[in-house]
Amino acid sequence: MACYDSLEKIKAEITKCMKCGNCQAVCPIYKEVMRETGVARGKIQIAKDLLEGRLEHTEKLQEIFNLCLTCKACAANCPSGVRPDKIILATRAAIVRKRGLPLVKRQIFGLMSKPRRFRMGIGMASKLQALGLKKIKDKDLARPRFPIGLDMKRIVRPLAGRPLLSQIPEVSKVPKSRARVAFFTGCMLNYIYTQAGRAVIEVLNANGVDVVTPREQHCCGIPVLVNGDVKTAKEIAKYNLDVFARGNYDAIITHCGSCIGAWVHHYHELLADEPRYGALAKELSAKAFDVSQYLVDKLGMREPLAKLNYTVTYHDPCHMVRGVGISQQPRKVIRNISGVTLKEMKKPDRCCGSAGSFSLSYYELSGKIRDKKVTDILSVNPDIVLTSCGACRMQLEEGLYRAGSDIPVRHVVEVLAEAYAKEGGVTSERKTG
Amino acid sequence: MCLNKVIEQLTQALGEENVLTEKEELAAYSFDATADIPKVVPQVVVTPTSTQQVQEVVKIAAKYKMPLYTRGSGTNLSGGTIPLNQGIVMVMVKMNKILEIDAENLTATVQPGVIIQDLNDAVAEYGLIYPPDPGTVATATMGGSVAECSGGLRGLKYGVTKHYVMGLEVVLANGKVMRCGGKTVKNVTAYDMVKLFVGSEGTLGVITEIIVKLIPAPETRKSALAVFRSLDDAAKAITGIIANKVIPATLEIMDNVTIRTVENYARVGLPTDAEAVLLIEVDGIPEVVEKEAEVVARVCRENNGELKLAETAEERDEIWQARRAALPALAQVSPTTVLEDATVPRSKIPDMLKALRHIAEKYQLTIGTFGHAGDGNLHPTILTDENNAEEMKRVHKAVDEIFEVALSLGGTLSGEHGIGIAKQKYLEKEFGEAGIEALKAIKKALDPENILNPGKILKF
Ligand SMILES: Cc1cc2nc3c(=O)[nH]c(=O)nc-3n(C[C@H](O)[C@H](O)[C@H](O)COP(=O)(O)OP(=O)(O)OC[C@H]3O[C@@H](n4cnc5c(N)ncnc54)[C@H](O)[C@@H]3O)c2cc1C
Ligand code: SF4
Ligand code: SF4
Repeated sequence: MACYDSLEKIKAEITKCMKCGNCQAVCPIYKEVMRETGVARGKIQIAKDLLEGRLEHTEKLQEIFNLCLTCKACAANCPSGVRPDKIILATRAAIVRKRGLPLVKRQIFGLMSKPRRFRMGIGMASKLQALGLKKIKDKDLARPRFPIGLDMKRIVRPLAGRPLLSQIPEVSKVPKSRARVAFFTGCMLNYIYTQAGRAVIEVLNANGVDVVTPREQHCCGIPVLVNGDVKTAKEIAKYNLDVFARGNYDAIITHCGSCIGAWVHHYHELLADEPRYGALAKELSAKAFDVSQYLVDKLGMREPLAKLNYTVTYHDPCHMVRGVGISQQPRKVIRNISGVTLKEMKKPDRCCGSAGSFSLSYYELSGKIRDKKVTDILSVNPDIVLTSCGACRMQLEEGLYRAGSDIPVRHVVEVLAEAYAKEGGVTSERKTG
Repeated sequence: MCLNKVIEQLTQALGEENVLTEKEELAAYSFDATADIPKVVPQVVVTPTSTQQVQEVVKIAAKYKMPLYTRGSGTNLSGGTIPLNQGIVMVMVKMNKILEIDAENLTATVQPGVIIQDLNDAVAEYGLIYPPDPGTVATATMGGSVAECSGGLRGLKYGVTKHYVMGLEVVLANGKVMRCGGKTVKNVTAYDMVKLFVGSEGTLGVITEIIVKLIPAPETRKSALAVFRSLDDAAKAITGIIANKVIPATLEIMDNVTIRTVENYARVGLPTDAEAVLLIEVDGIPEVVEKEAEVVARVCRENNGELKLAETAEERDEIWQARRAALPALAQVSPTTVLEDATVPRSKIPDMLKALRHIAEKYQLTIGTFGHAGDGNLHPTILTDENNAEEMKRVHKAVDEIFEVALSLGGTLSGEHGIGIAKQKYLEKEFGEAGIEALKAIKKALDPENILNPGKILKF
């Protein structure tokens, strides 16, 4: 179903909505704006009006459809089994086809359709960022010096000095390997959370798995897709499919909710109408796993011998828990580390408000949603907050910093890697970064 | 027209952020949860944040004779919030403060935009509950449920919303504020104005504050699922349980169409060849619950029912999962789900269920019926497609007949969903001419210019 190519294709999904309003109870946006256009039900009925010619592709309409975190809470709570997130993305795509993208996005996405230039661009940005960003004392955080496309109040993690791909060897082998997997790094951890990327390789190696990290890989394309740029999203999908079809891997390992969603669902949805790539996307989707999922479901992970001493809480990234149904596996990873106590916060699967570029366009609103999450985290008072997504991590880091808290945010496998490392006699705490 | 002036004055009174005028925003208020009802786009939408702002809105509406449609979460199933004659839609969701929980007097005072579940969560800390629990408990507002007099799964033992509303603050059509009732358990002063506004569906005044009665949460509960090969046996069990002086909190029924659909969708292990299942829950003090559960089990068995008693919390959840899946499962079968609300005296349930089966055959429609058997409130649910004009004609005829049968069995048009637009045309059949005149007299006395939710319940 190439619903992103024509709004007509999503009509059946729209008709399924019985307008019961159940989605109001769970939509973080609705809770803030208190307007029917904020929630799935309103958006779906407006999409219907658009489809049936009662409304047009106006700027206001675009704004309404942009106002969504694609957190999928509505889909999970819908008694009729409607997929509002899909309807919303399909409508965004329809609007972009008609109205085009705003200039800034057009420039960035244009760059993204050229993997090599994109890599160079980011490389340059990481060298120049000191000009635009001012480091916050004693923290791995920074704030903009002048408007560089970020809200001036925004706090961010600066780009890593060197991207992950140039820090690690292309192949990390172990003596007696059980499997050979390809590592899809995604942007957040290639360019920002490189330590987490190294942790992925370390924990897979520690479980007897060879890890290949193809050099030519690109962004997963989800940021482009959610912004309605279907054309670029397709180009990126094909590019990645080609790169990962080349080696004959036992599995493709990802590390964030958006990336795994891309491999499991979106590539196929985007390319369903194209025979070769459609089939390839389907084939590779069966091989794609989130790292925790792979460790728990496929490998039966090895429990680390060393003990750590942490109380942690886990935040479920929307695209991980509702997008691909992974919530138990990261928790199992955590529970398998001796000495680590998992203390659940209230509604651990509630959206943190980041939603990728949403937090750029709607900084204030995103912040209000984030602060609710931070309150829940603080009420548990953990030593570390764990999650499975770089974008969530950045959002939570900012929220905690603003709340005056020193609690660090890390990826689940970083703690596991720490436990494995301690086995070998390395007892020093790892710095995240 | 004077629309610009109206908008200008509304903006002055409420601030820009509380006045919506863009056509895309307005379109989102052209519908509610009712299937098969016209969409009408209002001219302006307002979201007041205080009683005083509500007064201002009502005064402006009155001054310019603009129809004013009060709206909660828009989850009603009778077309109650459709702005039939355009005008102003006033959404109450921003007035969502719980003003007081008075654990000594067992009352809570809330603004109308409070979500029912939020009130329940707040009073749970005091070991109390607010019993009315419509299927939409997590979304519907207190104001909407009071105006609709909504019921729910616990209706048999605990009654419906009107049994819990003790006092109200109401903005009248002339913009003045009136208070009635209060915290006293006994209150017989003058006409029962509280009851008059409960169930008035936004046609008599705008509710701006509500005092409700709370009750202690039951200490424990026990659930059972009883399977029947014959409808008559199921019906005998329903009346038998109550004749044996057990009033379950919940006594729900699902017919064969619903059972099969639910099983197909949720795979909870329901017997697909059964004619009916009953889902029963008794609650209260442990000793009493134990005794009542025994009576329920005995009566079901005596009537050839196979009984499964939930021993653990998980088993209890399984049973209710089946009931909760009823509407979703039915809704997934077809694009349009027409959910009705015909209610008959308890003893007439088998007659009603048989009549429904006959109607389904006669009009060649799929009708799944589930509902609150203990209080005679059934939800025959017609699975159809609103794009199929020919089928919709048959649906309308079937609905007419459903209500005819319900009334002929001594029943009523609505057990909990109200009249709105959807059931207006049957009203005279239940009330008679004199009754309709009396209703109209009340409406005229309180809203002489017909400003408030015009076109609903009564036609002028
Ligand atoms: C899936 C589903 C299941 C349902 N299950 C049940 C059930 O089990 N039991 C049941 O009784 N109902 C049920 N309903 C119907 C509906 O949820 C209830 O009627 C609910 O109480 C309506 O609340 P609301 O806030 O959505 O009101 P709305 O739909 O917004 O409004 C309902 C009516 O109240 C009026 N109104 C709203 N606020 C005010 C106010 N402050 N002052 C004056 N008038 C006002 C409106 O004008 C309208 O006439 C169900 C609906 C759906 C979609
Ligand atoms: S999207 Fe689902 S939950 Fe929301 S109104 Fe439609 S049917 Fe109800
Ligand atoms: S995806 Fe999330 S933000 Fe978007 S409409 Fe659904 S619940 Fe709301």
